[in-house]
Parts: sequence; structure tokens; C-alpha cells
Amino acid sequence: MTTPNEPLLSVQDLQKYFPVTKGLLKRQVGAVKAVDGISFDVFKGETLGVVGESGCGKSTMGRLVTRLLEPTGGKVLFEGQDITHMSQGRLRPLRRDMQMIFQDPFSSLNPRHTVGAIVGAPFRIQGIKTEHGTKKAVQEILELVGLNPEHYNRYPHEFSGGQRQRIGIARTLALKPKMIIADEPVSALDVSIQAQVVNLLEDLQNELDLTYVVIAHDLSVVRHISDRVAVMYLGKLVELADRKDLYESPMHPYTNALMSAVPIPDPARRNDRERIRLQGDVPSPLSPPPACRFHTRCWKAQAICKVEEPPLVELASRHQVACHFPEKVPQEAAEAVSA
Amino acid sequence: MTAPLDVPGSATEADPEAVLAGADRKAIQGRSLGQIAWMRLKRDKVALAGAGVIIFLVLVALFAPLIVKFLGHPPLEFHREKIDQSTLTPTGAFGGMSWDYLFGVEPLWGRDIFSRIVYGARISLLIAFLATLLSVVIGTVLGVVAGYFGGWVDTVISRAMDVFLAFPLLVFAIALAGVVPDQAFGMSGDTLRVSLLVFIIGFFSWPYIGRIVRGQTLSLREREFIDAARSLGARGPYIIFRELLPNLIAPILIYATLVIPTNILFEAALSFLGVGVRPPTPTWGGMLAEAARFYTVPHFAIFPGLAIFVTVLAFNLFGDGLRDALDPRGR
Ligand SMILES: Nc1ncnc2c1ncn2[C@@H]1O[C@H](COP(=O)(O)OP(=O)(O)O)[C@@H](O)[C@H]1O
Ligand code: SF4
Ligand SMILES: [Mg+2]
Repeated sequence: MTTPNEPLLSVQDLQKYFPVTKGLLKRQVGAVKAVDGISFDVFKGETLGVVGESGCGKSTMGRLVTRLLEPTGGKVLFEGQDITHMSQGRLRPLRRDMQMIFQDPFSSLNPRHTVGAIVGAPFRIQGIKTEHGTKKAVQEILELVGLNPEHYNRYPHEFSGGQRQRIGIARTLALKPKMIIADEPVSALDVSIQAQVVNLLEDLQNELDLTYVVIAHDLSVVRHISDRVAVMYLGKLVELADRKDLYESPMHPYTNALMSAVPIPDPARRNDRERIRLQGDVPSPLSPPPACRFHTRCWKAQAICKVEEPPLVELASRHQVACHFPEKVPQEAAEAVSA
Repeated sequence: MTAPLDVPGSATEADPEAVLAGADRKAIQGRSLGQIAWMRLKRDKVALAGAGVIIFLVLVALFAPLIVKFLGHPPLEFHREKIDQSTLTPTGAFGGMSWDYLFGVEPLWGRDIFSRIVYGARISLLIAFLATLLSVVIGTVLGVVAGYFGGWVDTVISRAMDVFLAFPLLVFAIALAGVVPDQAFGMSGDTLRVSLLVFIIGFFSWPYIGRIVRGQTLSLREREFIDAARSLGARGPYIIFRELLPNLIAPILIYATLVIPTNILFEAALSFLGVGVRPPTPTWGGMLAEAARFYTVPHFAIFPGLAIFVTVLAFNLFGDGLRDALDPRGR
């Protein structure tokens, strides 16, 4: 954490609407508001966890930040540089610094390429010559992620899911990036292997001074690894706080609901917590509920929730929430809300 | 030497390939999907038989002059002495079959059927291969471009495919092959006819492979390894040639082996209708057409018919086996 005040990545009011077209003439009949105005900063050396149910726009957010998708609105700044609409040509050199780990280790590795070709691809694509040749460099990286360097000539289908994800991680490390966006890096893996991969990510962060954005669909995966956690619901950020604050005193009803889905390790404490079961499915982002998008499933919803959108405001130190009736709010902040 | 898949911290992970390859884990180490497909193909006796016949036919076509020199008579040589001048049919039993004339002789002129079948293989295979190659090249290029770039490019190419597929190919082929003069485009004789047929068959059947390749590209494009390449800064050509094409080779190969027999039948049909390669050059379809005039001499029709049948069957059996080997889950 060299300069804690300057964010490595800054996302401002980011939007992505996927047009929905109909008929031969591709007339636009609507839009999937996959990401609808989210803002956050990521600082050097930290890990931001991003959590939300499936379909709430997490992957889209990751793809916008890495510019695999073109944002509809808002801004993405990387190291202070505006990359929101930067051309792919000008992005090329910047891509070395920002890499992405993909969710599905079976689809993220080209089945026709050897491990050597996959992990060596970054060097080839970016035209980088290494001191002792690409093969040596690749083998060093394989070792770094806990793979046997002798597996250089093997094909992805010869590896298990966890090993494949390690290959995917190795590929992102090849260019020594500053930042890695990990899109549900372990959700496709066996529970028994998830911890190994999460630990690997953590070790690599310490060793290589990496900054992470780790996406997950439940709170348990990112609990261990995150410094701060952002909770997304239907394309919006609903809560963003330091890890400890978020897990110990979640303020947004949605976060509370997610929290009650997280298993409590200590059986004695299990009864302390009232279980909140989320009702129904996530509404379609094609026509999200107006105002507070969570009001269709929220047990605290009042009339105002359906007409006025709650802004994302800092209700405690470094703790932002978007709700008209947040929980466990410190006294002075509660007064500010009701005022 | 460590155990094959012994990676720190991953000993407990299941290895799905081990199941696929049977008990012997070691046997598949370092094998590409192509090598695995080859292993599967080697176990498929029917497909291997098909491949054997295909290789045999290709050798026959390649060494036709040599074969005919030792086992027959020049394909254009008349043998009037073998013809009964009152009925114009071959003398002797079974259409004049003998050690000298393995498949007998044609009615009327007494040409050696064996030699004509052997030489006919040249035309059949040449046209079928070249036409397939042409349609595969056009179809692959346009299919990948349509699938990868999408948008209006895809719309234009897809509409073009629809138009080509709606084309009454046989009628068009008959008309075109009928009106082209004996000399055109700086070519003449058999060269012109072969080029013409290759063009007609290949140029009008590319949309079939084009559609397959486009569909495959559309689904491959959604795979995350394409995103991974893009997030590394890869450009269009890199993605098309390095990431997409290696994954398209299997469907293209499968399609090609299954379309070759269709093209053989198409060429035979055109020759049968008299718009293929012109007589006296021997073609299987042309021989069938002549045989139709001499229905009293069935052996004349049997040999070209059998040649077409065996060739088409061999390609189909091999193609099916290849598909099973390359894509064991089927589609
Ligand atoms: N390329 C796309 N075109 C149209 N809609 C999309 C596209 N990608 C994602 N979406 C939609 O955007 C929403 C958010 O998707 P996604 O970001 O993948 O969610 P998550 O990763 O949180 O599960 C979903 O409703 C999804 O259907
Ligand atoms: S604003 Fe209202 S509906 Fe939305 S989360 Fe808060 S209480 Fe629930
Ligand atoms: Mg996702």
C-alpha cells in the first residue's frame, strides 16, 4: 500500500445496458440494465470482494472494468487514466497491468492448446521477450501456482477443475499485472478445492503485491480474502464497507439476508441469529422494480421504498449503504437519515 | 519421476479423463485431443475398413496408367473382335469377362470396362476432392468471419448463404455445363470440364459448411478462452487463427468426409445426364448412362454402379467413424 489515497481503479457511475432487439430490423424494444450506475474505488494492495446473487451484474461489471465490454455510461479510471472508451489498440499495453480470472475453468482454457501455449500466450500476444525464453518463464509461473512445470506439454483436458483454474491463474500472472479481477474464481470448483485456490490467490497477492477484485455469489467465499466488500443487487451497489464492519454489522436488509445464508461454524451461536429467507427470485433486470430495487423482496419495505430510490450514503465510517430503513445504524447517522 | 498428475495440494481432485481413458491413466498423458481421437478411430474397425477402401481407391486413381498397363487394355481402345456384330453385344459369357478383360467389354465398341472403371476413379475422386476443398475453403472463411464479427457482416453473409441454398443447383449446373463452349477461360477438353464441375459443385455448396462453421464459431466465441485472449490484448487475426480455427478443424474434417460422397454422386449424376466430363473420357456416371441404353447387358451397368456404391459407402463409413472419434458425445 504505497499511496493509499490514490485509487488504482476508480469506477464512477458505471452503466451497461444490453439492448434487447426484436424482429428482422433489430428494433430496440428494451434494455437489460445489467449494471446501472455503480461507483467504487480499489486501492493498491487491497482486495475488494463483490458479492451478489447470480444475474445481478457482477460479471458484467468485471468485463466493463477490463474493457471486454463497452460501457453504456459512467467512467472507468485505471491509475488515473480514463479507459472508459479507450480504443482496443491503445488499451493493449495497459492490458498487461489488469488481468482477469474467469469463472469456468473448463471454458477459459482453449482445449486445443497445451498448457505451455496457454500460459505462454500473454508473452506472444504482447510481444514480450523473456531473458531465458518463454518456456523457462512459463515453467517458473507454473511452479509459482503449484503446478508441475513438467506438465508444460499437457492439454487442459488432462487436468482436474482445480488444476485448470491454477493454469488460468498462471496465465494472468505471466505479464506481472498490478490488478486482477477474479470472476467467481472458485464457484465452479469442488468445495474441498475451493479453499486451496483461495489460499493460492492470497499467497500470490503477498508475494507479487497484487490488487484484487474478487467476485463471488455468496459472502462466505470472500470473507477470508477481502479487505472491503461490496454487495450488489440488480445492477446497483447496495452496501460497501470494510470487511469486519460488513460481516459484523450489515446494515442493508439484502446483506442481512445474504448473511443468514452463510453457515455459522460455531453451533452454539447458530440460534443467536434469526434466519432470514429471501423470498422469490431476483426480478428481471429487463424491467427492474422502481425506486429501491429490493422492495419486492424486502421485509422492511414501506411506501417510500417504491417511489424514492435510496442513495448510497456513508452511514458509518467507511460504510456506505443504500436503504431508507437500514439496520444497526449508529445513533448520529440514524438522525441524519431521518432528517 | 513423479506420478503423472501429482500436483501439490491437488491429490484429492477427481480426474475426469481417467474415466474416459479407462483404467490406464498413464496412457493418455500428454496426448492432444487429436491423438485421443486417433486412438478411438483405431479401435473402430468399420471406419478403418472405410479408410482402407478410400486409400485403395486413391492409389488406383493415382496409378491408373500402371494398373491398366498390366491388367487391362487402354480405356479408349476398341475391340470389335469381342463384339457380336449381329446383336452388338459382347461375345462370350458374362459380357465377355475373362482374364484378359476382367470386367468384360462394352457393347458396341468393345472397350475394356475394367480400364474405364479404373480411369473413371480419377475423374470421380478428383472432382469430388477439389469441389469439397473449394467449398470448405469458402465456407470456412465466410463462416468464421460471419460468426466472429457478427453484426451486419453476419447478416450479409447469412443472407448470401440463404440465397445460395435456395438456388436450384442441379438445374443451374445442367444449364451452365450445357452452354459452356468446348474452349473457355483458356482451357479446353477435360481440364475445362473438370474445372467447371469443381466450380459448380464447390461454389454452390459452400453454404452448408459455412453454416456449420458459423454456428460453431458463434458458440466458441462465447467461451471464456476467447475473452481471455482479448483481455490479453489479442487482435482479430490472432483469435481467428490461433484460438478459433484449431477448434474448427474437427467439424470441418467431419463435414468434408461426409460431403465428398455427396459430391461423387453429384458428379456421377451430371455425367449421367451428359453435362459432366465429355465422352470418350471414362466416367462412372457416363458409363451408367451408356449402360442404360444396353439393358440386355446388365454387367455393363453393374461395375460402374458398384464403383460408385463402394466409394460412397467407404467415405460415409469413414466419415461416421471420424465423427464418433472426434466428437464422442455426438451432436
Ligand atoms: N452479452 C449480454 N447480452 C445481453 N444480456 C446480458 C449479456 N451479458 C449479461 N447479460 C445479462 O445481464 C445480467 C447480468 O449478468 P451477469 O453480469 O453475468 O451477472 P452475474 O455475473 O452477477 O451472474 C443478466 O440478466 C444477464 O442475462
Ligand atoms: S429501501 Fe426499503 S425496500 Fe429497499 S432495502 Fe431498504 S427497506 Fe428494503
Ligand atoms: Mg457471473
